[in-house]
Amino acid sequence: MNNFIRVNCTKKNLKPIRDFVSGYLHGLSLSDILTNQIVLAVDEICANLIIHANHEDPTKFISLTIDLPKDMIRFEISDNGLAFKRSEYKEPDIGEHIKVGKKGGVGIALVNRIMDKVEFRSSDGRNTCLLYKKIK
Amino acid sequence: MPMKITNEPKDTTIIITLDGELDASSSVLLDEELSDPEIMKYSKILVDCKNLHYISSAGLGVFISHLQRFEDAQIKLIFFNMQEKVRNVFEILGLDLLMTIVSNYEEAITVSNE
Repeated sequence: MNNFIRVNCTKKNLKPIRDFVSGYLHGLSLSDILTNQIVLAVDEICANLIIHANHEDPTKFISLTIDLPKDMIRFEISDNGLAFKRSEYKEPDIGEHIKVGKKGGVGIALVNRIMDKVEFRSSDGRNTCLLYKKIK
Repeated sequence: MPMKITNEPKDTTIIITLDGELDASSSVLLDEELSDPEIMKYSKILVDCKNLHYISSAGLGVFISHLQRFEDAQIKLIFFNMQEKVRNVFEILGLDLLMTIVSNYEEAITVSNE
């Protein structure tokens, strides 16, 4: 099964990434809800990389590799944009977002709640996000 | 499949039908729809989610960002016909407790008249 996709940084490519992940997950007989959650978590990271880390620059690329270590599924998403600073991340207060009419800032909260482990690594200008989910 | 948004005004109610996937790319269309000043003429906004197959944080964020404005104007925002996997995304963030999500059109009408 093909486990690698590379796309340039436009929001239009989020759909092909989701279709690629859905296609991969299809073979694993997961529930609809779990499949959707996993696709969502990958979509959220890719959207952040495309929009925030690479400013939708179509000359830049992100790549995604999926593999299946024991009882898990792992997604490795890489780019050369601005690194995500986890130390500056704060869990959103949704009530406050509603009050002030804030549009963004809940994507990483979804990823953290869906995935079992989320890692961000950076070295030599290359950033990698690793997402792990137990599937057995 | 691109996102398709249609609306059907009926007296004081407007039914907005979402068809497709609401992601970081397509959610701008929803934002335009909900930002239209015309929408403030209605007292009930019913959102038909039957053919909404996917929602990401960008789509949720659009609803989050308009909710207070509608509440302040005493406009009821009610979601109906939502697929279970989509409802689950609202639930992960606890939005099902902050927004009104009902099973079907009849229930949406009942709740909108309360």
